[in-house]
Amino acid sequence: MAAKTHRVLPGFGLALGYTLVYLSILILLPLGGMILKASELGFGQIIDIALGERSLAAFRVTFGASFLAAAINAFFGLIVAWVLVRYPFPGKRFVDALVDLPFALPTAVAGITLATLYAGNGWLGQYLEPLGIKVAYTPLGIVFALTFITLPFVVRTLQPVIEDIETEVEEAAASLGASRWQTFVKVIFPAIFPALLTGFALAFARAVGEYGSVIFIAGNLPLISEITPLLIISKLEQYDVLGATALAVVMLALSFILLLAVNLLQWWTANRHKNSEPLEVVAAKARGVTA
Amino acid sequence: MSQFRKSITAVLLSLVAGAALADATLLNASYDVARDVYKDFNPLFQKYWKAKAGESVELKQSHGGSTKQVRAVADGLEADVVTMNQANDIEFLADKGLVAKDWAKKFPNSASPYTSTMVFIVRKGNPKTIKDWSDVAAPGVQMIIPHPKNTGNGRNTYLSAWAWALKQPGGNDAKAQEFLGKLLKNAPLFAAGGRDATTTFMQRKMGDVLITFESEAEMIAKEFGKGEFEVVYPSLTMQTEFPVALVEKVVDKKGTRKQAQAYLEYLWSKEGQENAAQNYLRPRDAELLKKYATFFPPVKTFTVDEVFGGANKAFAAHFKDGGSFDQIYQSK
Repeated sequence: MAAKTHRVLPGFGLALGYTLVYLSILILLPLGGMILKASELGFGQIIDIALGERSLAAFRVTFGASFLAAAINAFFGLIVAWVLVRYPFPGKRFVDALVDLPFALPTAVAGITLATLYAGNGWLGQYLEPLGIKVAYTPLGIVFALTFITLPFVVRTLQPVIEDIETEVEEAAASLGASRWQTFVKVIFPAIFPALLTGFALAFARAVGEYGSVIFIAGNLPLISEITPLLIISKLEQYDVLGATALAVVMLALSFILLLAVNLLQWWTANRHKNSEPLEVVAAKARGVTA
Repeated sequence: MSQFRKSITAVLLSLVAGAALADATLLNASYDVARDVYKDFNPLFQKYWKAKAGESVELKQSHGGSTKQVRAVADGLEADVVTMNQANDIEFLADKGLVAKDWAKKFPNSASPYTSTMVFIVRKGNPKTIKDWSDVAAPGVQMIIPHPKNTGNGRNTYLSAWAWALKQPGGNDAKAQEFLGKLLKNAPLFAAGGRDATTTFMQRKMGDVLITFESEAEMIAKEFGKGEFEVVYPSLTMQTEFPVALVEKVVDKKGTRKQAQAYLEYLWSKEGQENAAQNYLRPRDAELLKKYATFFPPVKTFTVDEVFGGANKAFAAHFKDGGSFDQIYQSK
């Protein structure tokens, strides 16, 4: 092994420096400022603010609804991505473009539209309400809004990965006697699972911070349907910038822990996957050639 | 590169030239729904000032939530004047030293050129016979209001109901809080803002009564037709003020004190008052109030200063964390 590796493209040092500066200005600086501001409060005070009855209820609603929305999208988004990659059908490009719309739509518009649709006299609400299902102005409405907002994350993360799985792999599995279910569980799913986790994590992170769409459909009742970003706005309304940053920092810490957990899970599955290497790699190793 | 620099310079120069065309430029930082009022008022002032001082004034508007606006001014938005819908927002600027401490005395009528009041909007025929605050708190009635803690509109409703409860026989703070508890139980949701509450009530047909500004009722009539609803004036309600102030630091820096002062004073002129009335805001001018009496029936009102000892005190007692609103929502 040579001590020095030569890369095809030069400029690693420059690119790394650029990356670090860019990330520092864009992400670390504002976040650092926020944490610095919050540190004007003592740790105890931050905890007091975070553990208040209203804050706790809001954290539960925010993280619970975000988790549900991300989970729903992980399931249905997978189906959408699969259909978009694997099946040709008329209008496919149109449907493909539809997926990105939640990205482009101002979130307040999304919230108002959903509230109008699912209100008691809305197109959909009028059929759901007699069944006892209330969507608008309940926590369920929050889940609906977040599911809408975060759909593209799962679909767009999965599409390229599914494209990379060649149909021959499925045919090979079938020719070796695997049932359709086995093909999916043992061959396809392990290949797309890391991407699915990434999509889930992105959707979840986006949902936690969402404000614009949610406040129009949530109902915003204290202890029932208040989200944490609303409490932050409420603190700002009182000119309580410190209290607002305290809540924001706690929210950030919780999100970071959850995202870290997802990343670790992803790393673990990716590594586990490495142990079951494709046949040709195993064969190559047996011949004494290292990749 | 030099070509690039030249074009940048050209752009900057044209910006400066654009601004220089007017003798002075004023920026008015205002609350959200004030758009219409000032859209009509600004040309009136420009004409007036041209005739009086021979200067052309360029007027710029910045609109947003009242609290957000003053925070922007405190953070460096160079507004010459602020025209808000809550006194405590201007108090905030006074605390920061941007506005004179005695701003409320610098103009007549506590520096509020026009007023409005909180009214009930009920469905046509008033099927639930909602006449006063006690009817809104009755079991089985649904009330639509914006969030009392996060919006000025919702806070006005909250304080109106509180003041009414205080004035009932044997009324005191404890009884008022109990009444508010009953009242808020009738809210199936708290809307994100005033317009959101209107949409929820009128378009989504939720609730039996919407409580909002009197001026909003006329907006609803324009949007949804007069036949859809009725306006009910409760036996006591808040006179909501729209205070204005000069941003001392900015006008001194920009040298626009004279124009800014004249701009605000002109709000009290006949033209300014009539413009307010035409935008369904109650003018201070008694003659005009009479002229537009069909819009503005007599109503018994209180001011926040009278009942709560000022906007800041009212805010601290009721809407700060741990205030009366939070106490109502503490589960025991």
